[in-house]
Amino acid sequence: MKKHKTAPNRRTKLVIWTSIMALALIAVYILGIFIPDTAVFSSFLNAKQPPSFKHLFGTDALGRDIFLRTLKGMAVSMTVGIAASLISAVIAIIVGIAAATGSKAADAFVNWLIDLVMSVPHTILIILISFALGRGLKGLLIGIAATHWCSLARLIRGEVLQLRAQHYIAVSRRLGKSHGWILTHHLLPHLIPQFFVGLVLMLPHAILHEASISFLGFGLSPEQPAIGIILSESMRYLSAGMWWQAVLPGLVLVLMVLLVEQTGEHLQTILNPYSVQQ
Amino acid sequence: MALEAKNVYFRYNKKQPWVLEDCTLHVEKGECLAIFAPSGYGKTTLAMLLSGYHKPTKGQILLENNPLPQNGICPVRLIYQHPEKAVNPCWQMRRVLEESGTLREELLDALGIEPAWLNRFAHELSGGELQRFCVARALLSGADYLICDEISTMLDVITQAQLWNVVLSEAAKRSMGVVAITHNRHLAERIATRVVDLPNMDK
Repeated sequence: MKKHKTAPNRRTKLVIWTSIMALALIAVYILGIFIPDTAVFSSFLNAKQPPSFKHLFGTDALGRDIFLRTLKGMAVSMTVGIAASLISAVIAIIVGIAAATGSKAADAFVNWLIDLVMSVPHTILIILISFALGRGLKGLLIGIAATHWCSLARLIRGEVLQLRAQHYIAVSRRLGKSHGWILTHHLLPHLIPQFFVGLVLMLPHAILHEASISFLGFGLSPEQPAIGIILSESMRYLSAGMWWQAVLPGLVLVLMVLLVEQTGEHLQTILNPYSVQQ
Repeated sequence: MALEAKNVYFRYNKKQPWVLEDCTLHVEKGECLAIFAPSGYGKTTLAMLLSGYHKPTKGQILLENNPLPQNGICPVRLIYQHPEKAVNPCWQMRRVLEESGTLREELLDALGIEPAWLNRFAHELSGGELQRFCVARALLSGADYLICDEISTMLDVITQAQLWNVVLSEAAKRSMGVVAITHNRHLAERIATRVVDLPNMDK
């Protein structure tokens, strides 16, 4: 194969874009973690200032810098989102494979369970679970993790059913390979793209749910700088004309969610074996 | 020493008509039997039954007077009509071959498999090239019987001849029994020691 010097192909461009987006997300996360608590001190001298170069997003009623607080809030939201979607995705893989390879009864039970969880609105279910577990980070995490695995589990079940019908799986079995060997060598490698794409596409949902549940007051406690808390605090001052408290952190949230979603979709294209030569 | 089908009946489920009715045949080791039938007469189903992918609804498939083993390595190997479905698309061809046994250079040479192809994926090879790998995989596994389900349908005449020469010489060397399923009468008469017409066999 000769190498021609040409403009980077679509795949290379996509990989570069995805890396940039992933780097931006990681940068926000790391910034958020490393901003010390002392940086968002309250000072009544600075209270209720509109956006300026000194305070990019302005300050809130307690004089805290909203930009720094938003960054910290995003880090908390992303931690919750990543942890919850990771747990969800692992549940989905296990449940999906169990449904597709187990008995008919197990399959019927899993499908019934998926229907059950999906038929209840997520927000209500998360509120119930979070409330029952005493709110806070733990309740929120378990609540989000317990509600988000369904659609991915269903996808994986379908994928495994389809894979199991493939000739090469049957060939492998007749070559004397065990079920475990076939699972780890033939099935799981095919599920890795599904797993990662499912994980990344679940992340924005998890972040938004975390924000909305905290906004409603059933999630994180008020002193934590979560994005939902910031938004819910800002509601009180919105009628006083302090728009920056709600609009700017809200925009950041939307931007982050869009960024994650785009990364997920790009990842889907990159990991698809049939688009390798594009 | 034979692979036998004894009064085999098969249907895919109870609501469907019989695909095969009272089908009896046997292949000795070292023999090449050609099964000839037009499309839709259950050739592939018979191939699946003989190699243990399906269980007969009634009747038995016997290997040396014992039922075919359900677990472990099956001594009857089937080569599919569609090689692109029989190879894991995420694996390089070397891994596909190594799944069934250690590579043998002279066999790959005889089949016309170039060493560079071993590092390719299934979708980077043509159907004919891929079928050679499927044949190689079946021959590497050390099977006693080979069921060839229209393995050369998608190949040009020269490659067909090359492929069948390798299969037959390998089968002769190890005294394997070969069942060649085809709807090409000339091919059947050329390669087989015995030709069976599926429409005459049952009913």
